[in-house]
Amino acid sequence: MSVSTAIDKLLAAAPYSLPQAEKRVILTERTRELTRHHYDRCELYRNLLNRIFGGSKALQFDSLEDAPFLPVSLFKTRELRSVDASAVVKTLTSSGTTGQAVSRIHLDAGTAQLQSRTLVKIMQHFLGVERRPMVFLDHAAAVRDRRSSSARGAGILGMLPFARQPFYALREDMSLDVEGLQEYLEKTRGQSPVFFGFTYMVWQYFVETLEKVNLRLFLPDAVLLHSGGWKKLEALKVSQEEFRHRLLAAAGIETVINFYGMVEQVGSVYFENPLHFLQASIYSDIIIRDTNTLEPLPPGRAGLIQVISALPESYPGHSLLTEDIGVVEGCDNSHIGMNGQYFRILGRLAKADLRGCSDTFQKPLPMPA
Amino acid sequence: MDRLLDCFVQTFGINRDQIIPLKLAYQSIPEWDSVGHMALVAEIECTFDIRLDTDDIIGMSDVSKAIEIVQKHGVVLDDAALAKSR
Repeated sequence: MSVSTAIDKLLAAAPYSLPQAEKRVILTERTRELTRHHYDRCELYRNLLNRIFGGSKALQFDSLEDAPFLPVSLFKTRELRSVDASAVVKTLTSSGTTGQAVSRIHLDAGTAQLQSRTLVKIMQHFLGVERRPMVFLDHAAAVRDRRSSSARGAGILGMLPFARQPFYALREDMSLDVEGLQEYLEKTRGQSPVFFGFTYMVWQYFVETLEKVNLRLFLPDAVLLHSGGWKKLEALKVSQEEFRHRLLAAAGIETVINFYGMVEQVGSVYFENPLHFLQASIYSDIIIRDTNTLEPLPPGRAGLIQVISALPESYPGHSLLTEDIGVVEGCDNSHIGMNGQYFRILGRLAKADLRGCSDTFQKPLPMPA
Repeated sequence: MDRLLDCFVQTFGINRDQIIPLKLAYQSIPEWDSVGHMALVAEIECTFDIRLDTDDIIGMSDVSKAIEIVQKHGVVLDDAALAKSR
């Protein structure tokens, strides 16, 4: 893409440094640039803007709330790309259960690099600059296909740059390699290991397994990062508090950080802040919209989450209406030392075709008793 | 310098003459993808006994950057070979 000072300003700042008002000015400028960029380069995007948002006047907006947006589900049915197929270095797909369509997201080298850079800055805020030993609560086969990644595979690949000597703690039949894990933790003792996994898999294959075999780990210096949605755990009536509590009891892990992200906007992820809300970094933001009128709603009111990301250049995914319901809980909180909005997810819009990264795992074999 | 270039040769299974410092870059060949990148990092760390941090890893986007980064970590590369390779 052509030179952008807006993205340079964002990349030069720390991820939670800019007050909301200041961030909005830069992010709005960047969103205008991206809207124009995709309008010029992606025919389908241009047609949609012409039909739904009144054509080229949709390119002129002063407030982020007035920026055009696409439904995230569009990436499941249509190929949306703003670069030549030859420039695509990687295609990400969302996880879909059988019969569900999957999103296909085409990345060129520039967009892939922007994603890496912002993810690094966000991760460094929580984990520091040094790489740490990393335990993936998954099996190595999840990253076998390198050119085309499922959401699970992409999640693991995205974490690899932060890992030193990564260890995959699950076998291919999804059983926990308890001996291997204990050996790895012994070998890396005192180095503050990071655990990473999809929420439901962390619960079923780590917490429940440790409880079942009656093994208690004590890892006070460890951090556990998890993502993928709460749908399955909600069905099991497991609250976020219980998830954290049982992880502490079984694995002795005190720092548990959830994050919200999607394959359509890799890189600009929302990490759980110390208040247990999801915090927007300067590379992205959310707008809550009324589920019926799609009008923007003020903080405290629940509605559909629209996600804005400063990163997507190779596909028009910079402004997307998700099927998630959420509510803004606060902004620019000096007590936690983080600027920007933070929010909570309440669930999915009813009747939307539901999905969640960790929910699509199909058990290949019955678990051994 | 040879040892650094060997890291690329070993990791990506390519020939020495394919290593053109400003041209051989991340994602420029199928082998140098995100997984290959971490294999390269491991190879460089092992070869020079250094520990790269996350900024180094993200910054190591081509061969020239890799030269800068290992030098920053106190590795002395052969200057003559370095000049020739640039």
